[in-house]
Amino acid sequence: MTTLELTTLAQSGAEALAPITLYHYLFVSAVMFAIGVIGFLSRRNMIIMFLCTEIMFQAAGLALIAFSRLHFNHSGDVFVIIVLTVAAAEAALALGLVVYLFRRKGSLDALQWAQLSG
Amino acid sequence: MLDLLQNLPTLTTLAAEGADAAQSAGMTSYEFPGVGKDWMGLIPLMPLISCVLCGLFWFLGVKSKLPAFTTVLFLGVSFVLTVAAYFQIHPEGLVQRVMWFNWLALDTASEGGGLYIDFAFYFDSLTILWMLFVSGLATLIALYASEYMADDKGPGYCRFFFAFSLFVFAMSCLVMGDNLVLLFLGWEGVGLCSYLLIGYYFKKPSAVEAAKKAFIMNRIGDLGLLIGIMMTWTQFGSLEYSEIFSQIADLNASGEEIPWAITIIPYLFMIGAFGKSAQLPLYTWLPDAMEGPTPVSALIHAATMVTAGVYLIARMYPFFVLNPTALAIVAWIGGLTALLAATIGMAQFDIKRIMAYSTVSQLGYMFLGLGVLTSAGGAFHVFTHAFFKATLFLCCGAVMHGFAGQLDLRKLSGVMKMKGWGIVGIAMLVGCINLAGLPFTAGFFSKDMIIAEAFVTPGFGLLGWIALLTAGLTAYYTFRVFFRVFIGPVEYEPGDDHHGAEESQDHHEEEAHDHGHFHPHAPGWAINAVLAILAVASILVAGVYFMGDHGGWAGSMVHDSTAYYESPYAAHDGEAHGSPALFGLDPHKAMYYISGVVALVGILFAWFLHLAGRKTAATSRADALKVKLGPIARAAENKWYVDEIYNAIIRVPLLVASHIFALIDKLIVDGLVDGAGWLPRGVAKGLRPSQNGIFQNYATGMAGGLALLLIIVWAMSMTGGSG
Repeated sequence: MTTLELTTLAQSGAEALAPITLYHYLFVSAVMFAIGVIGFLSRRNMIIMFLCTEIMFQAAGLALIAFSRLHFNHSGDVFVIIVLTVAAAEAALALGLVVYLFRRKGSLDALQWAQLSG
Repeated sequence: MLDLLQNLPTLTTLAAEGADAAQSAGMTSYEFPGVGKDWMGLIPLMPLISCVLCGLFWFLGVKSKLPAFTTVLFLGVSFVLTVAAYFQIHPEGLVQRVMWFNWLALDTASEGGGLYIDFAFYFDSLTILWMLFVSGLATLIALYASEYMADDKGPGYCRFFFAFSLFVFAMSCLVMGDNLVLLFLGWEGVGLCSYLLIGYYFKKPSAVEAAKKAFIMNRIGDLGLLIGIMMTWTQFGSLEYSEIFSQIADLNASGEEIPWAITIIPYLFMIGAFGKSAQLPLYTWLPDAMEGPTPVSALIHAATMVTAGVYLIARMYPFFVLNPTALAIVAWIGGLTALLAATIGMAQFDIKRIMAYSTVSQLGYMFLGLGVLTSAGGAFHVFTHAFFKATLFLCCGAVMHGFAGQLDLRKLSGVMKMKGWGIVGIAMLVGCINLAGLPFTAGFFSKDMIIAEAFVTPGFGLLGWIALLTAGLTAYYTFRVFFRVFIGPVEYEPGDDHHGAEESQDHHEEEAHDHGHFHPHAPGWAINAVLAILAVASILVAGVYFMGDHGGWAGSMVHDSTAYYESPYAAHDGEAHGSPALFGLDPHKAMYYISGVVALVGILFAWFLHLAGRKTAATSRADALKVKLGPIARAAENKWYVDEIYNAIIRVPLLVASHIFALIDKLIVDGLVDGAGWLPRGVAKGLRPSQNGIFQNYATGMAGGLALLLIIVWAMSMTGGSG
């Protein structure tokens, strides 16, 4: 399928339901970000907290893609691809850290690591 | 002091006449000093070498009498050189200058200005007069001290002779210095040595107190002297005597009005002199200074150092004759100090303290002499007093040495009759008749010169009567000591001082600690020899009164120096300058009879009250008199409560003020400084709980902060939109 056909398909879909505007994307992005923040703040399991940061990443990525599409400017797309790459590398590193921390205390509880208090 | 004010007009006219007299007396020109012989520069060098050697012995731990004999040898050489210098200088009345080295050279910005001070010595007959008794007595007293201090052989012995030699060096600088800076160096040097030697027994709290008191009281006077020297510098642009005196002579000759700043200078020098020479109101340190070893009291606190004030005024006499008010103050302070100290001396029981008050009193006479325009009389009294007062002190020291530190005249009696004490007794008698002023003694002639001059100088008649009364009191308290301690029934009680305890242990080991079997040890050859020499010298000094053309030998010595001033009222033997006659006779002649009678009356009182019918050492007829006098006798015994008054008006307010300032310092100044430290700590304490290590808290903070930022940005965009 060509790009033109896809666009037509999307337009016909939009006519059928309601058109998906920029605000929908941004709304989803905001919701994802909020879920990430709330999850990060409320959970103490380090793996979950890490996943929450991933959700916040993707929320930002989604917003960038949406704006990129709006302006027909591919900088946003490029940026998101780089972010994904970095996030993948970072995920490997962070999970490695989590495993290491788990080995030290036998627990995934973040509160176990509160020695640096004033 | 009311008299002083009333007399001011007379004094002012006196000054005018004085200026005329000065011009006619040839004070208009001043001859600059010639170059002296190099060997005269060795006079102050000898004590310095001795001082260095004693310091070396101290360092090496010498335990023999070596330091004493080194000191005696070098001071002796210094004395011989002084005598040689006397024959060099005096016969022709020369003024010479000997240079050691350039000391200070400070250039100032202005053209030709600058402070150039040479370490040079100024020889005129006044210098020689002083140096003769300083080096001579220092030699003899060092010999005496070699025996007196023998119990301290070791570090203390070396320390004693180190300070002793240093003192003589400083005194030489003071007397022989060619400029005021060298005089000041010597002035402070003798003050330091005095402090070191008063505090020689530094384990005794009273000695330490006395040393501090002497040092601090002298600082008050020294401040005056220092400001005086600075004023002299600003006025004359030089501190060399020859330069200053020639400028003053020019000033006198020009007949111009004298700048007020120059008339202030004598007041400042006077303060320095009163501090050093223990005059009112700064005299209280001298009696306390008797805590030092007796040779020190004899040399420093009787014969030499305390006469430095008299020397200063005599040396600076050209300044003083410019300001009659200053001279009147010198005379009144001297006269009143003489009387006050004599009244205190009458009621003391410690013989060394009696001698100390008598020194203060005699110094008062010297100042009185300077004040009534007889610098010759003042200088002569300094000279005779040095001999007989040193004799008296050394006799008291011999008694103290022999009786384990006993100085209370109620606990000693008939010392002269004991075996081996004959020379001490005779020397004491010689000293006493001199101090009392019995006719034909040296003290008699020198004191009469001063008293007679007080009577003939207009406006000072009252001071003459005060001086005469004081002479009577002096005779009384002097012979009170002699009659109580040296003659009468033989009785003694040793002091509690274990001075010389080692020696008695050698001889009587089992009795050493038993005072019941105490044996006084009679003085040895050194003490006896020194006392004999001094006693003979004290008698012979009377002879110099009949030498020379200008009122005795001392007069002719003063005549050739800048201290000379022809008093328009001076009474010469035979010819009176139209001066008021006293009881129809020439004042000096009248004074021979009057003061002789006064002295005899004083001695008679002492005999009646303290010797006649006395059965024991402790009681005498004076006790009944004391009861009758009641509070007066008690007040005199307590030194008229002067120390207490000084405490109340100076020490206590200072103490209270300093406590208040300490409190201010502690609360406000320290509070501010501590506050600067406490403030961040307090803030940190409040903020620290936020750093609790739980990183979700940090994350919440971050999220909250971000939210706040967003809200602010949103609010701003809203207002910006509406505006």
